[in-house]
Amino acid sequence: MIQFINVSKKYNRTYALREINLRIEPGEFLYIVGPSGAGKSTLIKLLYRQIRPTSGLIRINKFNLTKMKNRNVPYLRRELGVVFQDFKLLPRLTTYENVAYAMEVTEKRPTIIRNRVMDVLNLVGLASKSRRFPDELSGGEQQRVAIARAIVNRPKIVIADEPTGNLDPQTSAEIINIFENVNRQGTSVIMATHNSEMVNQRPHRLIEVVQGQIVRDENKGAYHHAAIYR
Amino acid sequence: MRLFTVKRHIKDSFRSLKRNGWMSVASVSAVTVTLLLLGIFLALVLNVNKLSSEIENDVHVRVLIDRGTTKSQKQHLKTELKELKDVATVQYSSKTNELKKVVGHYGSSFQMFSGDDNPLNDVFIVSTTEPEKTITVTQQARKLKYVTIASYGGTQAKQLFKVMHTIRQWATGFTILLLFVAVFLISNTIRITILSRRDEIGIMRLVGATNAYIRWPFFLEGAWTGLLGSILPIIALDFGYSWLYRITAVQLTSFGYSLAEPRYFLFVLNLLMIIVGVLIGAVGALISMRRFLKV
Ligand SMILES: Nc1ncnc2c1ncn2[C@@H]1O[C@H](COP(=O)(O)OP(=O)(O)OP(=O)(O)O)[C@@H](O)[C@H]1O
Ligand SMILES: [Mg+2]
Repeated sequence: MIQFINVSKKYNRTYALREINLRIEPGEFLYIVGPSGAGKSTLIKLLYRQIRPTSGLIRINKFNLTKMKNRNVPYLRRELGVVFQDFKLLPRLTTYENVAYAMEVTEKRPTIIRNRVMDVLNLVGLASKSRRFPDELSGGEQQRVAIARAIVNRPKIVIADEPTGNLDPQTSAEIINIFENVNRQGTSVIMATHNSEMVNQRPHRLIEVVQGQIVRDENKGAYHHAAIYR
Repeated sequence: MRLFTVKRHIKDSFRSLKRNGWMSVASVSAVTVTLLLLGIFLALVLNVNKLSSEIENDVHVRVLIDRGTTKSQKQHLKTELKELKDVATVQYSSKTNELKKVVGHYGSSFQMFSGDDNPLNDVFIVSTTEPEKTITVTQQARKLKYVTIASYGGTQAKQLFKVMHTIRQWATGFTILLLFVAVFLISNTIRITILSRRDEIGIMRLVGATNAYIRWPFFLEGAWTGLLGSILPIIALDFGYSWLYRITAVQLTSFGYSLAEPRYFLFVLNLLMIIVGVLIGAVGALISMRRFLKV
């Protein structure tokens, strides 16, 4: 379970998030939508403790992120699978090694790693490109490597920031299928997105963030964002 | 830590070592120079210590007899020696016997000097009633006929030790300085690695790597640098010392002394150089990590 209580985040003088209250149950599928600069990425960065809130309380399962010591952060992150807006792949590692790395840090057995990595690479359709380096992949392929890495440890919570950002509708649909499959197996999925088409075709719980505040929280909500953000 | 994790870290550390190319070579060379000087210095100091303790315990005067002295002349010399003040006993040792001692100390490679090729002299070994009397007895013995040289080992050696003491102090200072330079160079290489990989390290953290997990490869990279740096000095020292041991054997033995036996001595020295090398590397890596690998 994820809980935000009165969470605010201030960068320098401006608030990116203001008094956020939010509760996400295990197994939920949640979209975070809103215009550019609304604070979606900020909210997600708070979840994996890339940044700390200026005030308020964040709790994820047994972890209290506000009080958490730095040395415990890795153990929080191992329970989360994160797809970053800019992918954050390791440039000197191949597709295979990038995905494997997330398992290696948890000291899994090499044989288990090999099997799991090939499984998820098949799942995202990149098994044939497992030996390529990130700069030898298209944007959409890199994104899928990032997704594979996020789900390889079978985390309880998968968090994705704009995972369909660079993709055509066809590939976007494939990606959302992956997330829905993961979700069906009991994993919570939290996804920040601009992709209103996808949100409307595959409705799930939706929160809309505008200027750092949650303005809407609906089950199976639809989203039509203003033309200026297109 | 699991065995496969150790293997992974080792692989990573070698990758990084290779990737750093010339920077790694510079660090390894710094360790090489440092250890070479440290090795030479240690070999020197340990042998000087050995010789000085041998000389302090030596209460004999060795009287080398002129080559070609006849038996009766030797007998005459022996009586003269016995009649000197403060002399307790006089023992004869033939040059063949002396050579045997050399062979005993230095191994069979000296066998080739046997027979007419024997470069040693016949000797009278004179012991005095009291250790302090060796000086006066030596002086008196030198004036006798058929005596090539009489020595109690002390005089020249003691002067040598004064010089050695000064050398030792300078060498200590210089070695410490070099150790610092080597540590600095290694920490600098690893600092540059860390800085150039800052983004990567950030990503590793984001996918759940602990600090320890991230640090191990850097730490090992430092240790390998030290280990690689110890190879050349060890080879150089082993060959150098064995050679020195051989060429000084004859002369030193004629005074009744010897350098430390190479096999055990070099084993200890090599082990020490490896340990110091690895330590230099590991400390260099730690310094960089403490400063540049904060959360
Ligand atoms: N490191 C930072 N320092 C200062 N301001 C920041 C920083 N990161 C984000 N901001 C500001 O915080 C606000 C929210 O940014 P955030 O990245 O969360 O938006 P977003 O909703 O993810 O936008 P997008 O849809 O474009 O990704 C923006 O006004 C942004 O300029
Ligand atoms: Mg964003």
